[in-house]
Amino acid sequence: MPVELISANHGAGLAATLAGRANRTGRGFCCGVYPITPATDCMEYLCAQEIEKSKVVRVESEHSAMGVCIGASATGARSFTTTSSNGLAYMAENCVTAASLRLPIVLVVANRTMGPPWNIWADHGDSLMLRDLGWIQIYCADNQEVFDTVLFGFRLAENAEVMMPLMVCMDGFTLSHTIAQINVPEQDMVDRFLPITTVPHQLGSTPHALGQIEVAHQVASHRRQHHEAMEKVFHVYTDIQDEFQQIMDRSLPDPVVSYRIEDAESVIISMGTIGATAEQVVDDLREKGQRVGSLRLRMFRPFPMKSIRENLKTARRVAVIDRDISLGFGGVLWGEIKAVGSRNGLIIQNYMMGIGGGMSGRSIFAGF
Amino acid sequence: MREPSLGGIVQTEQDRKRPLLRAGNMNCGGCGMSNIFQLLSHAVAGRDVKLVIPACCGAITAHTYPQSAFDVPTILTTFASAASVATGIAAVAGLNNEETRVICMAGDGGTYDIGMATLSAAAERNENILYICYDNEIYGNTGGQRSSSTPAGAVTTSTPLGKRENKKDIMAIMAAHRIPYAATVSIAHAEDALNKMRTALDTNGFRFLHILSPCPTGWKSEPAMGIELVRLAVRSGLFPVYEVFHGDRYVINIEPDFSDEALSMYLSLQRRFRKSGVTETSLRPGIDKYWHGLRMLSGRIVPARRH
Repeated sequence: MPVELISANHGAGLAATLAGRANRTGRGFCCGVYPITPATDCMEYLCAQEIEKSKVVRVESEHSAMGVCIGASATGARSFTTTSSNGLAYMAENCVTAASLRLPIVLVVANRTMGPPWNIWADHGDSLMLRDLGWIQIYCADNQEVFDTVLFGFRLAENAEVMMPLMVCMDGFTLSHTIAQINVPEQDMVDRFLPITTVPHQLGSTPHALGQIEVAHQVASHRRQHHEAMEKVFHVYTDIQDEFQQIMDRSLPDPVVSYRIEDAESVIISMGTIGATAEQVVDDLREKGQRVGSLRLRMFRPFPMKSIRENLKTARRVAVIDRDISLGFGGVLWGEIKAVGSRNGLIIQNYMMGIGGGMSGRSIFAGF
Repeated sequence: MREPSLGGIVQTEQDRKRPLLRAGNMNCGGCGMSNIFQLLSHAVAGRDVKLVIPACCGAITAHTYPQSAFDVPTILTTFASAASVATGIAAVAGLNNEETRVICMAGDGGTYDIGMATLSAAAERNENILYICYDNEIYGNTGGQRSSSTPAGAVTTSTPLGKRENKKDIMAIMAAHRIPYAATVSIAHAEDALNKMRTALDTNGFRFLHILSPCPTGWKSEPAMGIELVRLAVRSGLFPVYEVFHGDRYVINIEPDFSDEALSMYLSLQRRFRKSGVTETSLRPGIDKYWHGLRMLSGRIVPARRH
């Protein structure tokens, strides 16, 4: 398996290219692309590829980028796009359509602070703003994970039991622009892992309407179906993980990545690249004799409650690190962890780190 | 005045067997869009068609899930994304060598206003889409607010004293994109309308049809008078009927008689113009000016000069 030394942006673009080619015997591959820092390079990569049976549409806004993906996916093609920050906010309206029409679109989000005032650096506030739309959200900690999660993401999103859009989140610049090794599978391996897209409710030749008015009980019933599909994600995830292991000969992390958690009294919970730093901090503190562990949430929606509860069995103190703030409340992740982790004697404290791209290195943890 | 007619719309062998818009839809009585769908059913014939409808009255037309009053695969989109969703559908049809005709059916709000950037971008890319704007000159679906297509003097719920600004010239904007085909369509002139719809369906690339679509609730007019109102708008010169090929070849299809009588009838048969005091006399200079420009562009009467 060849190793490429590329950025996570190009890694995401390369994974999308391989996934697109894998659908050449199906309805094809279609992207709507619009640039925004720091996701731009991924879009540039795609625009330079020649993918069999594919079309990349250079649109005039993120709103339309998602629009093109909706049209393509609604007629059965594999579709992909990428954005960040205000681009995601501008795209949000169509993100609702993509989710509610249960279209398996994969979107790579290079997490970035919302503006103005403008700031281009990493912050999870953008993707978390879209928390409740019905998208699967996965946060990555390194370039290999971004690459693998795009391939994996198509497989998961297109699963008949799941059938909904998926967001692959990576910290802006920290990952998007950082060059690292990525193991790249051959096309035939991707072909084996990623069968052709079948969207069961696609617009074919039979007259039917997608997205027309619904009355209250129909809306409630569709929301319930969507919610139940979200809950199925975990077991589908495990199945696909096994297949990924067999075909790619390497593992893909669990929805919750636990580190030295077995006897941990104190647990650091985080998402994205801060999770990788937290693991180093755990090593540092363990050397000092402290029983510390780390939980990195790869999956944020659906929320892996069961797994978190199991991993907090021995914990007495939890530090939730948020690279975001829900103004008037606190950290978004902290709120979620409190909702599932609370039990007698468990202290769940909130820390903000790296907001607006601020420092998030090992030394910062020492101050907590 | 030359006024081609179909002599009553008779089903022919080439026509589509079933209407695009079936009975039991949610449109108001006298809705121009219903007439447009009836004409379009004849024009579509045996072609494979997919409909894209943004938030507008058309989104309500289909009626509630799981039934649909549209007899073709249809996707309802957000207000501003009809042309982009249609782009995705047309792209995949192209990848799979399908002859599918992707038709956007959008109101004036989705076309002139919120959808303008998306529409313009799709036209600039010359996507293989037929974009039909059924122009009822009002945000009908939200209860009748002004759009940039609402003519000056018309009372809407957001301009209770009558709109002050003139109607945006959508055809000039679309022509400036140099798209293969753009045309205005009168539903009172069925043969001309069918010809244009067929031309638009047969052409590849971005096509745009601008259709004046009576809205009895917004225009405060009698439902039965809709087609007659359009006929009066055409007769008086208020709604010019013409085609633009590739943004530069203009063809005027129907010659009005420019009668004040027709204009006066057009205004008096609707209650939306009563408050603002718009009259045939106040409208005439604008109509004359528009027609002067149109004749220049079409090369008729006033030929284009070459230096």
